[in-house]
Amino acid sequence: MTTFPLVTHRGMDDALAYRHGELITVGQFLHDARRLAALYPQGRHVLNACTDRYHFTVGLAAAMLADRISLLPPTHTPEMVRQLRLFAPDVFCLSDGATTIDLPRVAYPDPAPRGDGPEAVPAKVPQIPADQTVAHVFTSGSTGVPLPHRKTWGALVRNVQAGAARLGLLEGARYSIVGTVPPQHMYGFESTVLLALQGGAALSAGHPFYPADICSAIAAVPRPRLLVTTPVHLRVLLSAGMDVPALDLVLSATAPMPAPLAQAAEARLQVPLLEIYGSTETGQIATRRTATAAQWTLFPGVRLVPQGDHMWASGGHVEVPVALGDILECVDDRHFLLHGRKADLVNIAGKRNSLAYLNHQLNAIAGVQDGAFFMPDEDDAGTGVTRLLAFAVAPGLSQAALRAALRGRIDPVFMPRPLVLVERLPRNSTGKLPREALQALALTHDQTGRGRHAG
Amino acid sequence: MSLSNIHTLPAAALPVSKADPALMREVAELMVSALNLDTLAADIAPDEPLYGDGLGLDSIDILEVALVISRQYGLQLRADHEDNGQIFRSLRSLSEHIAAQRTK
Repeated sequence: MTTFPLVTHRGMDDALAYRHGELITVGQFLHDARRLAALYPQGRHVLNACTDRYHFTVGLAAAMLADRISLLPPTHTPEMVRQLRLFAPDVFCLSDGATTIDLPRVAYPDPAPRGDGPEAVPAKVPQIPADQTVAHVFTSGSTGVPLPHRKTWGALVRNVQAGAARLGLLEGARYSIVGTVPPQHMYGFESTVLLALQGGAALSAGHPFYPADICSAIAAVPRPRLLVTTPVHLRVLLSAGMDVPALDLVLSATAPMPAPLAQAAEARLQVPLLEIYGSTETGQIATRRTATAAQWTLFPGVRLVPQGDHMWASGGHVEVPVALGDILECVDDRHFLLHGRKADLVNIAGKRNSLAYLNHQLNAIAGVQDGAFFMPDEDDAGTGVTRLLAFAVAPGLSQAALRAALRGRIDPVFMPRPLVLVERLPRNSTGKLPREALQALALTHDQTGRGRHAG
Repeated sequence: MSLSNIHTLPAAALPVSKADPALMREVAELMVSALNLDTLAADIAPDEPLYGDGLGLDSIDILEVALVISRQYGLQLRADHEDNGQIFRSLRSLSEHIAAQRTK
C-alpha cells in the first residue's frame, strides 16, 4: 500500500507554525492532532470552520488520523450548510469561535499544557494511505446542488510536491508562509496548509486582513518568507503606502493578475511574484512570473488536449481528465496562454461561481417569478472589483425582503448591485435571455454611471 | 475573531471624541464614492448596519473603505481577523473610530 507522510519536515523540533508569536513544532502539532482526533464524534464528515490557520490544520490532520473526510464548500451560507447535510447526514462542524453554522459542533479545545511528559510528542510521523479520501472540495455546480470533488491524499501530495518544487521550497530553505486567503478554499488549502505540511515549511496561523495586519504578520515570522495572496489584497497592500517587511516570494491566484500590478509589486517589494493557475477540479497545474511572461508553464507531467468546446487537463497529479472552465491556447507542450473564462463562469474577488447556479438560487426564492444575474464587462485596468447585477420579477416582494432571502443562499461577494425589480425580463421568443438584451436593461438602470471602479 | 486589540490601541494624541455629523457625512461620502454605491450619502442612517441586512457591504468593500480612510485621515486599521464587526458596525461607530484615531 502506497503511503505518504503527514508532514515532510526533517525533525520533530522543526517549526510547523507560528501563532501569536509562539513557535509550534512538528511534535506539538502531531500531539495536538491526536488529541483533537480523540474528540471527534462518530460522523464520518467534518466541516472545518476554524478561522485560525493552525487550528484548521490540526483539524485536518486529526480528520486524516481518524479517517474522517473534511468538507470544503465555497461558502458557509445556511443554504450551503443545508446542502452539505443532504450530502453527508453525519456531518459535524469543527469551529474555534462563535458560529451560526447549524450543525452538531465540536469546539476546538483549549491548548494542551506544553511539555506534559515524554508521551506527549509522538516518536514518528504518521503515514497516510495514498488512496485515503481526505477531502471533498465543492464547487457551486449549476443546478443548485454543490458538486463534490474527491481529493485523495496521494493526489494532494503529488500536486503540492510539484508545486513546492516549482516554487523552490524543496531546496533546503525552510520557508514561513503568510496567507491573506482562508484555509478553507482550494487555493489557501493548497498553498498555505498543504504547502507547509509537504514543503517542510511553517505556516503563520493568522488570516491578516488590513494592510497593517499583513505587515505585522510578515514581520512576526523568520525569513525566507512566502506571501500567499490575491490581486485584490496585493493591490490594497501596495496602495496603503506602508513599509512592507522583506519578502522572499509572493504567490497570487484566484483571479488574473494584471501585468502592471505584478510589475509594480516586484519593483516595490523587490521579490519575484509567481501566479498560479488551477481549479478546484484539477488543483494547481501551472505557474508564470507575471511581470515578465504572459505564458504559463505547466507542472511536470500535466498535459492539455483540446476536445470539443473545452481544453482538457490530464497527466501528472490530475488522475482523470478534467475539462477546464477557461479558454486556453496551447503555445507548445509545456506552455499556454489564458484568454479568459467561459461565459457562464464568474470570478469576483477570487471566488468562482456560475451564473446558472446564481440564477437558480434567485429563482428558488418564494415569490420570485423570474430572475437573472448579469455580469457587466470587466474593468480592463483590473484595478477594481466588478460586481454582478440582477433583475427579478417578484411582484409581492420588497427589495429588502428579496435581498435578505438571497443573502441566505449565496456568498456576499455575489450579491447583486443593484438588484432591480422589473415587470418582466427581456426574454426572446424562445424564452432565452440574450446578453445584449440584459446589457440594454442594465444600462437603463445604470444612469448614474456607477460601475464600481474603485480606487 | 477578537477585535479587542482595536479597542486597546492608544488613542494617539487626539482626545477621544464623538463623531460629529459633519464627519459622519464626510465618511458617508467617502464610502459612496469609493464603492460606487447605489445609495446617496445622506441616506445612510448613522446606526444602520454596514454589513449584511443594512448597507450590505462585504469584506472586499471593507478593504476599499479602509484604504481611502487611511489616506484621508492618516490611520491604519487593524484587526486580528476580517470580522470587522465592531468598527464597521455602523457609520457612527466607524466615524467615532476615525475621530479617535485620525492623525490628519
